[in-house]
Amino acid sequence: MVLFEDVGVRYGAGPEIIQGASFTLAPGSFHFLVGSSGAGKSSLLRLMYLSLRPASGRVNLFGRDVDKLRRRDIPFLRRRIGVVFQDFRLLTHLSALDNVALPLRIAGVRESEVREHVTELLKWVGLADHVNAFPATLSGGQQQRVAIARAVIARPSLLLADEPTGNVDDSIGVRLMYLFEELNKMGTTVVVATHNERVVGRFNHRQLRVEDGTVRLVGARPEAA
Amino acid sequence: MRWLRSDLPLASDASGRFLPWIIGCMVYLAALALAATIAADHVAQRWRTELAGTFSVQLPPDAAAPNGDRTALVTGVVDTLMNSGSVASARIVDDAEKARLLEPWLGAGGLPDGVRLPDLIVVQLTPGAPLSLKDLRARITQVAPQATIEDHAAWQGDMLAFARSVELLAGIIIGLIGAAAVTTVIFVTRTGLSIHRRVIEIVHLVGARDSYIAGQFRMHALRLGLVGGIGGVVLAGLTLMGLDRILAQTQTSLLPSLSLDAHQWLALGIVPVAVSVVAMVTAHLTVLVVLGREL
Repeated sequence: MVLFEDVGVRYGAGPEIIQGASFTLAPGSFHFLVGSSGAGKSSLLRLMYLSLRPASGRVNLFGRDVDKLRRRDIPFLRRRIGVVFQDFRLLTHLSALDNVALPLRIAGVRESEVREHVTELLKWVGLADHVNAFPATLSGGQQQRVAIARAVIARPSLLLADEPTGNVDDSIGVRLMYLFEELNKMGTTVVVATHNERVVGRFNHRQLRVEDGTVRLVGARPEAA
Repeated sequence: MRWLRSDLPLASDASGRFLPWIIGCMVYLAALALAATIAADHVAQRWRTELAGTFSVQLPPDAAAPNGDRTALVTGVVDTLMNSGSVASARIVDDAEKARLLEPWLGAGGLPDGVRLPDLIVVQLTPGAPLSLKDLRARITQVAPQATIEDHAAWQGDMLAFARSVELLAGIIIGLIGAAAVTTVIFVTRTGLSIHRRVIEIVHLVGARDSYIAGQFRMHALRLGLVGGIGGVVLAGLTLMGLDRILAQTQTSLLPSLSLDAHQWLALGIVPVAVSVVAMVTAHLTVLVVLGREL
């Protein structure tokens, strides 16, 4: 699903902020990406959602080397990846329904199916009464759920979440994690980047630890494995 | 109506608000230039039709006539023409008609005493005549060596060259207007891409291809182009009708008519559509080029 081999990350002519990252994420796995702020978690996620090219090494997604991808191939890979951003990145001029519908419309799904699926998913994330609400009128937690719904509406194979609990209180954060676990049980590979150790401690999943520019894979606690 | 929906908030762009006005002005000028072309073509056609296959023969008052019989000289020229097999008609212009033709310059009193006018023969060639004007000229000069032949070629040539110049100028104006429209659309599109960089990034991240984003800009440009273009062509139509009315009142036959027939109105109606399509294609290609340079 996701293969990193000796990957280095650098911005511009600056130093490598990640060096020699090597790991594999199996299909259907659940990983936390942990580390302090600025350690490079978001950069690793950007590599995974094809927003950044590695400075060195090899990144392989869904069996395809990122380096060899042509520009026109990238959108089709991105449609297999759902991303939840810390700042939600909702389109403020679109309603909740239209935000969530975006990936389906881009993929060319028929409008009747789009409405049906989106309404159903918004109901599932507890926003049945806010289908036509614009992001500015929603609370942080509600916006987060719209963002999650947008990330999963097209049933991605890989779900990446960047600090999903960063802008919500702990109780909502925990509920979000349960939501991710539900999606994981349905076969989606999940990577959640967070520096919230309380959340990581509460859920027993493997971890990718980013420290001092290196990435280390840490197994789940044996008692819960 | 998926094609009407836009995921990008392009309608709120300040840069796009003035585009219909600019396109409207351009279409207005282009439509007037096109109408000038049509009018010039009208004139050229009319002159070609009216003067095609005609010439006139003048016999000066002092032209030598056999036995001093001037009537025999004129009749001889007419007979020569009619027997050539290339002339459909050869009409002698009588004194009354000559006086009428000269009336604007000499007044209704007619010619002063003692002034003699040349004899004038108006000749109409048979379509597809076997003899050329050069051959006929040779035959006429055998009968009347002092006869002069006016085939209007020089005047017609000058006027047609003028009409062609007007057409060329109008073509250049339309070309420049098109170039200005393309440049404006490129500028507006690039500004739009810059303004909506964040939204475009999100749309890209959820799997949009460049062509999807280009499609949104394309439809936006088409809408703005049609709004401005229709306004411009309506204004141009009103202007032309007003000018035609003024020209009709001047009763000057040399000036071209600006009244357009159904086909010409249709051609004028195509201008905003053509400009909108150009705007649409320009916006599409601009987006593809700009986004293609990114990661």
